[in-house]
Formats: sequence, C-alpha cells, structure tokens
Amino acid sequence: MLSQESLQQIDREIAKYPPDQKQSAVMSALRIAQLEMGWLAKETIEFVAGYLDMPAIAAYEVASFYNMYDLQPVGRHKITVCTNLPCALSGGVHAADYVKQKLGIDFNETTPDGKFTLKEGECMGACGDAPVLLVNNHHMCSWMTTEKIDQLLADLEDK
Amino acid sequence: MSACGLILAGVDGDRTWRLQDYLGRGGYSALKKIIAEKIPAETIIAELKASSLRGRGGAGFPTGLKWSFMPRSFPGAKYLACNSDEGEPGTFKDRDILRYNPHSVIEGMTIAAYAMGCERGYNYIHGEIFEIYERFEEALAEAREAGLLGQKILGSDFSFELFAHHGYGAYICGEETALLESIEGKKGQPRFKPPFPASYGLYGKPTTINNTETFASVPFIVNMGGENFLNLGKPNNGGTKLFSISGHVNRPGNYEIGMGTPFAELLEMAGGMRGGRKLKAVIPGGSSSPVLPAAAMMDCTMDYDSIAKAGSMLGSGAVIVMDETTCMVKALERLSYFYFEESCGQCTPCREGTGWLYRVVHRIENGLGRRDDLDLLNSVTGNIMGRTICALGDAASMPVQSFIKHFGSEFEYHIENKKCLVPPEVQYLGSQIYVSP
Repeated sequence: MLSQESLQQIDREIAKYPPDQKQSAVMSALRIAQLEMGWLAKETIEFVAGYLDMPAIAAYEVASFYNMYDLQPVGRHKITVCTNLPCALSGGVHAADYVKQKLGIDFNETTPDGKFTLKEGECMGACGDAPVLLVNNHHMCSWMTTEKIDQLLADLEDK
Repeated sequence: MSACGLILAGVDGDRTWRLQDYLGRGGYSALKKIIAEKIPAETIIAELKASSLRGRGGAGFPTGLKWSFMPRSFPGAKYLACNSDEGEPGTFKDRDILRYNPHSVIEGMTIAAYAMGCERGYNYIHGEIFEIYERFEEALAEAREAGLLGQKILGSDFSFELFAHHGYGAYICGEETALLESIEGKKGQPRFKPPFPASYGLYGKPTTINNTETFASVPFIVNMGGENFLNLGKPNNGGTKLFSISGHVNRPGNYEIGMGTPFAELLEMAGGMRGGRKLKAVIPGGSSSPVLPAAAMMDCTMDYDSIAKAGSMLGSGAVIVMDETTCMVKALERLSYFYFEESCGQCTPCREGTGWLYRVVHRIENGLGRRDDLDLLNSVTGNIMGRTICALGDAASMPVQSFIKHFGSEFEYHIENKKCLVPPEVQYLGSQIYVSP
C-alpha cells in the first residue's frame, strides 16, 4: 500500500526504539503514510498497524487523538492558523480572517477546486512570530502580514 | 539578548547551529572534561544542587534533586527524556534553543545520561515545529559522527544513544507521563502518580524527564561551577533564564536574563508597550499561570519566588503582555476554549468542566451572561482543581479564577450591559483580538 521509500523511512523510525517496542514508531509511521496518501483512510491506518505488529484499533486511537493527522480528505494545501491568545494579541485572528476572505472558505472547509483546506490551530510554540500559520503541517510561516499571505497563497496556487 | 546570556550567547540566528559553531563557542568542553577526568556522577549532581537550577518547563522542581532520585545502580535499562513539547500558549523558548543551539541540549542530555547511568534517551519535539525536529536529527548525526554520542563516547566506556521523537498536535503531551505514553506509541493520556517516572517511566523503566532549557543549562553549570551559575540569578533561583515575551510589546521574542531581573527591565528590553499604550495585565508564566494586574506585575522581579509571592507562577517563563485596549472576557474566552479543546478526556472533572468553563465565559462575552455566572465559574473551577490525574485541570481553572479575581468588574459589566467595557473599535485597533462582525 505504501511506497518502498515510505517503508524505508518507517524502518528508520522503528530502529530508534528497542526491538520489542515497534509501536513507538506509530506516530512517525502515520505521519509518513499521511504524507504519501494525503490523508489517513481507515485502510491506511490498518496497514500501518499491521506493519508495526500492533492492533489496528491502537493505531486508530493514536491517529484520532493527535490533531495533525487528517482522518478526512483535505485540500492539496492545508493551512492552519494559530488564533490562540498570544497570537491573537498580535494579529492572529486578523490573519485568519484575511485567509478566510481570500479563499472564500471558513475553518474546516476546503475550496471547491480542492486546493486549499483551512484549519484553526492551537498553540504552535511560536507566539513571538505571530501571526503564524502552518502549511501542510510541516512548514511554519512567521509574521504573516496580509502582503505575505497574498504571496504565500499565490505561490501555493501554482504547486 | 542580554549581556549575561548563556544558552543564546554568541549564537547568530540560523547561521551558527552546527557542531563546528558550537565547538567554536566552547561546546562539548564540559562533556570532554567529565570523561577525561572521570568526574564521579555524585560530583556532577552536587554541582547541579549547588547551582540551584530549577526545572525550566514550568514546575520549577530542583534539577539536582530530581537527578538524585534516579536509582543509578538499578540493573537493566534506564531512560532519559527531554520535554521539547512546547505548547503552553505564550511559550516559544525551546524552539529557539533547538534551532539556534541544538548541541547544547545534546551535550546536556549526554552529561545527564552519564550522571544517572542512562543508556538511551529521547527528545520529544512538538509536532508543529517539524522543521526544527529535522534540524535536531541533523545535529544528532553530527554528534554521532564526531564520537560525541553513541557507543563508547570519546573512546571511553560510556555509551549513550539519543533519538528524536516528534509529537503531532496534542498539548497534553507536555505533561511528563503523557509524553512517555506518547513515546510508547499510545494516546497521550497522563498516568497516575505515584509511581513516579524515576521508578516506573518509559517502558516501565526508571526514567528522568527534563525540559529542553534545563538540559541546555547543564554544560554551562559543569564548566562554570554551580555557585557561579547560581550567582547569575538570586538565591534559590539560580542562573539565567529565557523569557518569551508575546502580546502587546514592540519587540516580542526571547530574552535570556539573570533570574531576579525586574519585570520593568524585561519590558524595556522588549521595546516597551506597543503604540505607547498603558499596561493592563500580564500572564507571567504561560497561559496556565494566574493573570496579574499591571501594578502587581511592575513590582515583580522575574524569578520563581517573586512571582509566587505576587500570587502567580513563573512557570515556563512565558510572559503574555496585554494593554488597556484588551477585553479581559474575550482574552479568557480564548484561553478557556484552548483547555476545552486540549483536555485529553480521561478525567470527568476536566473533560466536562473545561467545556462548562468555555461555554459560560463564551456566553458572558456574547451578551448572554447570567447574574450568577461568576459564582458558577468559581464553583466549576473548585470542582476541577485537585480532582484530576494531571495538572491540566488546574491549568484550565487558574486563569478563570484569576481573571475573575482581578477583573471581576469587567465580567460584571458584560453581564449587566451585554457588551464589552472596552469599545469594539478600540479593541479592533489596539488589542487586535476583537473580530469585526
């Protein structure tokens, strides 16, 4: 189900833990699977669980507990804006409003062309850089003024 | 950064995080000294005790004491864990330590492993800073390549394997036993204590968990001696500390200063109040710590004891600054939503109570507050605090109690008049929390 490359990455994660503790690699393995598949379907989670010799329900518990795993399809670019208090004091809510207006969607919605999904995030541990947003979970964008948001969305539009 | 900085001294943003840069700053000299001189573990722990280093993650527990709890002679595996799951709103110091000086954490953890007889360690890094997790992996590879980490470190008999583990979006994993559950590949739900991790930790083995900044301080303590480190701060509050300032200041960011520095000086370093406006309130130690009104805060020095005396906590050193244009009900509403969202759901008082707190503050903010709502909020917090497995329940309750205690009249105004005391247009331009409809 997953590519050879993804499996090799998962194997490298497994090697970080004692031989009888393969389950410890589940968070990384789900992350790697999500990166390849775009989101985590039940079958994908089951496959990961099987690969790590753990019950499927245990892997599903992990996938549903941590909020960066997507259990539903998302757009090609998932944008998560932090609106928690420290960010809000420096324009986090304004930034989120601006992205909503530009994309014509609300939180937890995807643009009709399937390009963008917008999420509201909790603290990302980067409050000094507010407004902060994450692109596809892994790329953090700091000090997102309206100009920088325009630029980011234009760049992502072509990707 | 201030002149007395240690961890961030000499670092130049993204350009100087590599091994060679750290070596150039005197990095790994503490580890080399320990190994060359075969310094006994007891001596290292005694220096830590003398330094009065207290846990930088929020609880402020004396680090030397914590290390002495580890059963060094316990046969079998012992583990070390670093808590870099920095998600307490307002806190962003560990991110800077890991991206600008990752080797200080690696060296600190290696010294800790030596002192406590741990053979394996994990650095648990907040999922949202994934780019920094990748950088830490690179730093680990550099250290292994140079013989500073792994089997037979620097040709000695001492071996220590260190790995990075990432979170993926759960505030609760900053709680140490939830963090251990998460490394084991489970939901991050805290464990009941006792047993404490020093006797039953990762995979059921003795484990010590410290914060990133705590580990990063260790090499400096070994090099300069415990007493000199202590003297950078004040008695019982040793050393320097990173303070993350966010909110209504001109230059939000991290400032590393001696413990005991007056808050007024820190505020000045951060460029003073944005727009020259008046200070209204400060949350001095991360979103869970009780809010303090301006006057009380201006009398504080930045250390555990002074902030505790004023009725709050130094916590993680996350200072959230709010000016006079801030609606305190709105501010609390956002924090209460956060705890409601992040409760792991294990204990009923927290799972249900955080929802109650959010919904009641939300209705007050939206003009639907009832006359007895403040009593209701106080009663709910009273039923959460001390009745949950971990401290998240307390963390959700303390903001509510302190906001009502210090700014109760603003809540009453909301309930009576069904609107904010601070006019919306003033909030929109100033505090920025307010969203225009």
